[in-house]
Amino acid sequence: MCLAVPGQIISIDDSNPEMKMAEVRFGAAIRDISIQWLPDIAVGDYIMAHVGTALSKVDEEDARFTLDALREMGEIDDL
Amino acid sequence: MKYIDEYRDKDLVNKLVQKIRKKVSREWTIMEICGGQTHSIMKYNLMQLLPSGISLIHGPGCPVCVTPVNLIDQAIALAGLPNVILTSFGDMLRVPGSSTNLLSVKALGGDVRMVYSPLDVLDVAEANPGKEVVFFAVGFETTAPAVAMTVKQALKRKLKNFSVLISHVLVPPAIEALLDSDESRIDGFLAAGHVCAVMGTHEYIPIAEKYRVPIAVTGFEPLDILMGIFACVKMLEQGSHGVVNAYTRSVREEGNPAAQQLLREVFEPTPREWRGIGTIPASGFHLSGEYSEFDALNRFHPVVPPASHPGSCIAGKILTGQKKPEDCSEFGIRCYPEKPLGAPMVSTEGACAAYFRYKRTAVRPI
Amino acid sequence: MKSTGKINLQCPIPKSEYEHILMAHGGGGRMTRNLIEKLFIPALGNEILETGHDGAFLPPMDGELAFTTDSFVVDPIFFPGGNIGDLAINGTVNDLLCCGARPLYISLGFILEEGFLMEELWEIVQTIGTAAGTAGVKIVTGDTKVVEKGKGDKIYINTSGIGKVLPGLDISPLRCSEGDVVIINGNIGDHGIAIMSARQGLELNTQVNSDTRSLNDMMISLFQKQTDIHVLRDPTRGGLASALNEICDSSGTGITLYENMLPINDGVRGACEIMGYDPLYIANEGKILVILPESGAEQALSIMRSYEAGRESRIIGRVTPDRAGILCMETTIGTTRIVDMISGEQLPRIC
Repeated sequence: MCLAVPGQIISIDDSNPEMKMAEVRFGAAIRDISIQWLPDIAVGDYIMAHVGTALSKVDEEDARFTLDALREMGEIDDL
Repeated sequence: MKYIDEYRDKDLVNKLVQKIRKKVSREWTIMEICGGQTHSIMKYNLMQLLPSGISLIHGPGCPVCVTPVNLIDQAIALAGLPNVILTSFGDMLRVPGSSTNLLSVKALGGDVRMVYSPLDVLDVAEANPGKEVVFFAVGFETTAPAVAMTVKQALKRKLKNFSVLISHVLVPPAIEALLDSDESRIDGFLAAGHVCAVMGTHEYIPIAEKYRVPIAVTGFEPLDILMGIFACVKMLEQGSHGVVNAYTRSVREEGNPAAQQLLREVFEPTPREWRGIGTIPASGFHLSGEYSEFDALNRFHPVVPPASHPGSCIAGKILTGQKKPEDCSEFGIRCYPEKPLGAPMVSTEGACAAYFRYKRTAVRPI
Repeated sequence: MKSTGKINLQCPIPKSEYEHILMAHGGGGRMTRNLIEKLFIPALGNEILETGHDGAFLPPMDGELAFTTDSFVVDPIFFPGGNIGDLAINGTVNDLLCCGARPLYISLGFILEEGFLMEELWEIVQTIGTAAGTAGVKIVTGDTKVVEKGKGDKIYINTSGIGKVLPGLDISPLRCSEGDVVIINGNIGDHGIAIMSARQGLELNTQVNSDTRSLNDMMISLFQKQTDIHVLRDPTRGGLASALNEICDSSGTGITLYENMLPINDGVRGACEIMGYDPLYIANEGKILVILPESGAEQALSIMRSYEAGRESRIIGRVTPDRAGILCMETTIGTTRIVDMISGEQLPRIC
């Protein structure tokens, strides 16, 4: 399903082990998001947020690689 | 905004469009599963860029659109009870039931409140101990984990006044149902990227094998959708099939194991009616075990008359990609956003509303 | 005029006397009189209001007059960047400016709900006085009614405004012509997002303030130097898209917006992405659309940018010969899509 938005973790509150939360910045808007399902997440990481929960961590290296490949795209097919 | 703006870049989009144009040698019909992808296709008018050989069909990927009329009527009945606070995502408020919608119930004094996250409903329940707080839980596998977490917390906190009206639906059974249909003309799929962020990509492999179709796990920005289309087209032109992940920055093959574990703990699959399509086996969730006490239908047994919806609405055919909104005789004439006959006209992702908003033709409402 | 320049924190009707508005405050008797004399006159007073007549006598005026009316029912009544009082004055003033008029006189009608806090009323009334002073307008007549608890929503305000049209101006959507450009004076979506983030249920910290402000200084200066302005509109409820759609509909011309020229601040941007909102449909307050021939644009921009209210002024669109009566947008990826009228209020989506 649908509307998940990338945001950057600015602080983490793991005081409640069953409800680990993070303050996440989206542009200049900030919201508390549950990071319960991303055990290795850290401040500064980007996550995909949907209805107040973080579904996955954005793989920044992968994103860079893909965008670079698109920028350099010439006659070669591979993506 | 990082990881959004780069995927709306004009130069990269045009480069990829050129690649697609060079690749396409015949006509292909590709279905995008997810309503959010439909929204993006319309918002950026991607059809203007794609070669005419590619047809995009909008699939049933709008959990709002496919929520059965009967369930909406039950939500409306609950919202009308004097002691109930009905909480819901914004999407559901305008969707028509048999005779009215939740927004109208609110207008007449029902306590209907919009929330962004199901977790916020726990606070509403705790703040209103004298009231029954019901959450109308709509959504695919993307949203179900958030609802599962909420129900699990409700159990832990021993909340007695909280319950959920479940309307979750699952994507893979729906794809199979579409492909099983004799009228299916779908050559390839763009799978819903955020569903796969939770569930992983492996569920789609048997489908790709059985029906010999390419399935590209696809994101939501214009560049993502084009990457998904390119991946599909490549396979189609090669005559191959299988699952390709075209949304690798957000989707891992294994998905999110912790979220999946939570779904297994709280829910079990159940047959579910899809509005306009019919009942698809094992295509929904219901609360299992100790969590079933939070099922609003078990708690309240709302009485609703048999569901009715206008016979002229062809939502089912639109949701399965057999017809386009402009094929409908009511489109723009007796069915438009202010007066929708069916959910695809109301929900912002519904194919009919998206067409109406972004591709207006000479047809105008009376 | 006796309007106060700064907020007086001490409510002149102390809690010990009346903490809440009662039905009798709207009854026309002694308590109404008390409310007017102790609360309204000190904050709003001027020589016309203080005569105490049922109506106002205005001095004779030459030339064409502009007349506008508006009602303000915003919830919540206090929000980041202002309150309902700001909207009442600034909204009315800006409506008159959209007629090409210098705003002069305003009437003020209150409908108060029984039980409304006297302190909150005082704060709003003071805000009105300050806003009126800043905008150079006089509140010349008013009315107060009180409805039973549950029959209102704390406070509703109705205004009407009179202004004098400046010479040489002829503002009308019918004048919208091919070759005109569309200018806006700054960021879109601020007010709507400020209101949304103040409402319960969405728990979003956007750091966005309402952009409510009166635009007289900037617009009067523009009117005096640049009279060939075709259309003016303030994109309030329904946002940019609704205002421009109405203009397209009235004029029969087409307008094309440029998505990459739209000014949006990061807080609004973030909120829109999370909630699934389209900023084109979000309400604005201290903003104005100026449609004029392209030849006048450079001068207009230079004048507007010399005022704080217009620092971010820019061209965001053009009146086009094709697609008559339709508003379109050239997207950031170079395609064109139709920007339709919205039906009802935009709701946040998960899908």
